[in-house]
Amino acid sequence: MDNIVDKVTNEDYKYGFTTDIETEIIPKGLNEDIIRLISKKKNEPEWLLEFRLEAFRHWQTLTVPTWPHLSIPEIDFQDIYYYAAPKAEVEGSENKEIDPELLKTFDKLGIPLHEQKALAGMAVDAVMDSVSVKTTQQEALAELGIIFCSIGEAVHNYPELVRKYLGSVVSHTDNFYAALNSAVFSDGTFVYIPKGVRCPMELSTYFRINAKGSGQFERTLIVVDDDSYVSYLEGCSAPMRDENQLHAAIVELVAMEHSEIKYSTVQNWYPGDKDGKGGIYNFVTKRALCKGNGSKVSWTQVETGSAITWKYPSCVLLGDNSVGEFYSVAVTNNYQQADTGTKMIHIGKNTHSHIVSKGISAGHSQNSYRGLVKVVENASNARNYSQCDSLLLGDKCGAHTFPYMEVRNETAIVEHEATTSKISEDQVFYCNQRGIKTEDAIALIVGGYAKEVISKLPMEFAVEAKNLLSISLEGSVG
Amino acid sequence: MLLEIKNLHAIIKSNGKEILKGIDLSINAGEVHAIMGPNGSGKSTLSSVLAGNPSYEVTEGEVIFNGKNLLELSPEDRSHEGLFLSFQYPVEIPGVSMSNFMRAAINEHRKYKGLEPLSASDFLKLMREKQEYVELNNKLAGRSVNEGFSGGEKKRNEIFQMAMLEPKLSILDETDSGLDIDALRIVAGGVNKLKSSENASIVITHYQRLLDYIVPDFVHVLYKGKIVKSAGKELALELEEKGYDWIKKELGE
Repeated sequence: MDNIVDKVTNEDYKYGFTTDIETEIIPKGLNEDIIRLISKKKNEPEWLLEFRLEAFRHWQTLTVPTWPHLSIPEIDFQDIYYYAAPKAEVEGSENKEIDPELLKTFDKLGIPLHEQKALAGMAVDAVMDSVSVKTTQQEALAELGIIFCSIGEAVHNYPELVRKYLGSVVSHTDNFYAALNSAVFSDGTFVYIPKGVRCPMELSTYFRINAKGSGQFERTLIVVDDDSYVSYLEGCSAPMRDENQLHAAIVELVAMEHSEIKYSTVQNWYPGDKDGKGGIYNFVTKRALCKGNGSKVSWTQVETGSAITWKYPSCVLLGDNSVGEFYSVAVTNNYQQADTGTKMIHIGKNTHSHIVSKGISAGHSQNSYRGLVKVVENASNARNYSQCDSLLLGDKCGAHTFPYMEVRNETAIVEHEATTSKISEDQVFYCNQRGIKTEDAIALIVGGYAKEVISKLPMEFAVEAKNLLSISLEGSVG
Repeated sequence: MLLEIKNLHAIIKSNGKEILKGIDLSINAGEVHAIMGPNGSGKSTLSSVLAGNPSYEVTEGEVIFNGKNLLELSPEDRSHEGLFLSFQYPVEIPGVSMSNFMRAAINEHRKYKGLEPLSASDFLKLMREKQEYVELNNKLAGRSVNEGFSGGEKKRNEIFQMAMLEPKLSILDETDSGLDIDALRIVAGGVNKLKSSENASIVITHYQRLLDYIVPDFVHVLYKGKIVKSAGKELALELEEKGYDWIKKELGE
């Protein structure tokens, strides 16, 4: 089995190229002047500058969190470029023509930005480094009253909406990286679905880090009004570099009465090489507020990338009868580390939450599930079911589960099940005997293990996610 | 000759214990060979070694299958060359549907032969046709490999896979163990339908019972890692009646 494990890990990272494009970068480092400069570059209103400065002042009082089961090398926050803007448009072009280099980049990533070539049934916001390059299908969506644009654009065009909800789910005092993001955030996506509208296409954002020495600090805000529905997907990738790059994002979701948000992530940041050199530090705060009665939020994530992942997409179930779901597959290989899970906070009555976490560890990696289920005093008839499975490939990796439960109401039913398993030699041999070679057998077995989560992804991405799983584990069994 | 085993010796890798101590066996196309013997005599080890199970190591001897040196082939290539093992204890693979599993297997076999993969509709047609051999119903395609299958269903599923892959040599490792009489009849019926002058089977069993349904041309007794007696099908009846003690006596034990 050991040589099986050694064999599957050497497929090249497919998205590791860099784009040669003129990029406007502000000086390295972080201080109030830098924040003022970012705000000025983005031509922001005074209230937003104040929002940033307040967050920055708070951030200065904080220290890096040490509770995760991660070993994080010290990060020099003064050695990062906090704003890097590729020149997206061809200079002097009349109708905001996009630089062909950028179009090529996103084409290579499988994200065509030409309206005529746009993926059917999908609208894309493409973000490179600190700026949104292009948002497709905006006009078709606007006819339904749906707002889908970069957050920078939203600040100017829909200031009341942004001001009302920005920081309302994840405040800058939430944690160290949330404070940092609130101070320096650059582009991300803003979505608003008006009352009674079922968004007819998948909305998605593709995040790309390109500039060297920079960090990406995007901010996403999605507000879905009463009786509405949206399915949103984010994807990401970065060049292969020896240095570590920081990605510290905030995602806030607000679901009103009887609305539903399906938020899917296929996280494929550069994981570092097989010796653990380089890779993205992915420190992200994602939270949904199920504000209205009967509202529902589902987080589905397939995490295969990043050198270190620290994220806990969560649901605050405030509305009565609201539902929160978390479906996760996290793969770690080589020297990757992941500490990921969710928080389900039951506040309203008759609230339900469902957690399915599937960890897959290979190589020398460490993979932890960390989850909190909290039921407050007045949350009668809360119901939670958590299932946390770990699959180990080889004997040099680690899988850990840290479930926390705080139940203050007697009527609550909270269930937790956990399993740890290994791919057995017998399973691999059984496949071999039927003519299936070992790499394909591993892909098949892992795919089966992750099926429950993969099946929650939108169709087009389920296939991609499955391929990504097998590529990520390439070389780990043989 | 389809299979020729000469002086085959094999050990368990983990502890170095020798299980097969010089097996000689020749099989022609069209023949059914039964291998019987007391517990621990090496019957299942022989099937594992022929299929290329990595838990065993061949220390001596030669196996020629279909004109090729079998021991040099990977387990998957042994399968592609037409060797099929019906496992005594088929493993469960949760979440992997039978249709996905078999499609991967069939297409690997086709690739080896330089053929294009089967289309989804042709594949499903083939699957429907073959599952009738062992009276498995249409729900099979969507069920996970062996997960939640009864003992009898697992064995029928093995014979179904055999029908799909159409091997030249199938080794049935205690396929009758744990089967009630109805399941036994279904499994044996499937095996008999697949029999032709082009292929051969090795039937490993403890009991004569199975051999009432799958009639062997030859019966071999494996004892302490060697074939100690070979004869026609009447040998099985004799063993059933008298047990193995008389053979041990013949060997001077």
